[in-house]
Amino acid sequence: MDFNFDGTVWKYGDNVDTDVIIPARYLNTTDPVTLAAHCMEDIDQLFAQEVSAGDIIVGGRNFGCGSSREHAPISIKGAGVSCIIAESFARIFFRNAINIGLPILESPEAAREAQKGDHLSVDLIAGKITNHRNGKTYQASPYNGMVLQIIEAGGLVPYTRNVLGINITN
Amino acid sequence: MGKTLAEKIIAAHAEDAAEVSAGDLVTVHTDVVMANDVTAAIAIESFNAMGVGEVYNKDRIMLVPSHFAPNKDIKSAEQTRTLTMFSQDQALSNRFQVGRAGIEHVVLPERGLVLPGDLVVGGDSHTCTYGAVGAFSTGMGSTDIAFAMATGKTWLKVPETMKFVYTGTPKQWVYGKDLILRTIGEISVDGALYRSMEFTGPAINALPMSERLTMTNMVIEAGGKCGFMPFDDVTREYVEARATRPYTPYFADDDATYYSVHEFDVSDMEPQIACPYSPDNVHPISQVKPEKADQVFIGSCTNGRYEDLAIVADILQKTGREFNPDVRVMIIPGSQAVYLAALRAGWIELFTMAGAAVSVSTCGPCLGGHMGVLASEEVCISTSNRNFRGRMGHRDARVFLANPAIATASAIMGRLAHPDEL
Repeated sequence: MDFNFDGTVWKYGDNVDTDVIIPARYLNTTDPVTLAAHCMEDIDQLFAQEVSAGDIIVGGRNFGCGSSREHAPISIKGAGVSCIIAESFARIFFRNAINIGLPILESPEAAREAQKGDHLSVDLIAGKITNHRNGKTYQASPYNGMVLQIIEAGGLVPYTRNVLGINITN
Repeated sequence: MGKTLAEKIIAAHAEDAAEVSAGDLVTVHTDVVMANDVTAAIAIESFNAMGVGEVYNKDRIMLVPSHFAPNKDIKSAEQTRTLTMFSQDQALSNRFQVGRAGIEHVVLPERGLVLPGDLVVGGDSHTCTYGAVGAFSTGMGSTDIAFAMATGKTWLKVPETMKFVYTGTPKQWVYGKDLILRTIGEISVDGALYRSMEFTGPAINALPMSERLTMTNMVIEAGGKCGFMPFDDVTREYVEARATRPYTPYFADDDATYYSVHEFDVSDMEPQIACPYSPDNVHPISQVKPEKADQVFIGSCTNGRYEDLAIVADILQKTGREFNPDVRVMIIPGSQAVYLAALRAGWIELFTMAGAAVSVSTCGPCLGGHMGVLASEEVCISTSNRNFRGRMGHRDARVFLANPAIATASAIMGRLAHPDEL
């Protein structure tokens, strides 16, 4: 898997909750394409229409707070977002993103200084974020231990198959 | 070195450690694994994709249709069907059929399925509720739940703990709901991020189990991983009447290490209101504009218990008033057991005669699912737990979170109101 990303920034504030990432009225489906069509619609109606594959979401503090719905990171991944960078993540959202193979990095400085439309390069494993507008490179805490293993496996489902020695060919 | 409740219970469930401290990353055994119709749908997909075949223990997986149940549309029906068929195929011992169960966070404690000293993971953020009976319990997403269903294990970072001490005697119309709203208002929606919250002090000891459950329920609204009420006579009496397996009470050590200690004197506290659009936008009711209410919702995993409905019944009986005809009043018992108890107490008739719509148990309106979705610019006074933008319906609807007495007075007056005004 490739853990290097280049993308354009969509910038949001503090406490972006999972109810605005994907409102509960859409939780009667688990289909990533349907969920992606409504991603962020209660705070940014343009996002789902204009997001491009590889774009990067930058949030403030406590990104993904509220409900445990995995539909939230699924809708963001389904929209083609390559990576989320935030000052901090709510803990359930953090686990969910790692578990479904949606790359995320916590870097208060990079998150605060990024602006909408900035072009960022991200090296997930090294925890390096480069902002090409201001030329600065930021160092987020790199992952280690089981979290890194889940990321490298592509998520908790393939990780579990690996550790339990289950081979599924499809 | 003393230990917190989170450290003690996690250590007792840790795979390779006799003792753990805040910051340690550990693999733990789970006692109960829970999911609802919304989260089980994905958990079952992930479980099947893991290729494991059978759940680790058919007695300890609890799949509860609650959010869109009774099924609100065909897609919801398909999700509940996935949950039902999985429960049947895996021969799960505990079933939670519509009409017999209700909201997971009301049903599991009420049936004694979560007990002191348990380690519980649930596919719902309000799984933190079970800390009221002394369980370490935390919300997770669906794929984490799938892993726990498959292996009976999960990984955790041992949280730091914040201690909250409540002293004084609350005035009439001030409840556990007000204590937790005030606390969230004080520390903010990420004030306890990743941490455990221990609630202590004389004002806590005096709280009945229903109000303790209300408080631990909203730990997630401060970002908390888990919350705990002390194990005491209230807990013992509640649990002894329900438990069908052994349990182990734990007690925090006096010299445990706390991230911070917060003290509240509740004596002069007014009923608290969380204003739009955040559970930490909390003000005493005297400082909140008496907004006209379009809907009042009394129910949810926060305030849908028998004692919550007793507050509504008491106000209606004592004042002889009925609800304002301009307000949609939704009263939804948190479980069918609560519904039946309310029926036997004569309250279903009382509420209906007063003008409320009383429904079968569901999470329904709390998450804008069904049974009371809000239109744009509508105002709802709600006993639930979240008032984020779009939470209960249209993004421009406004939700004010309050205790059941405030909700009842507001439903009677047709605007945000204090029971003293009646």
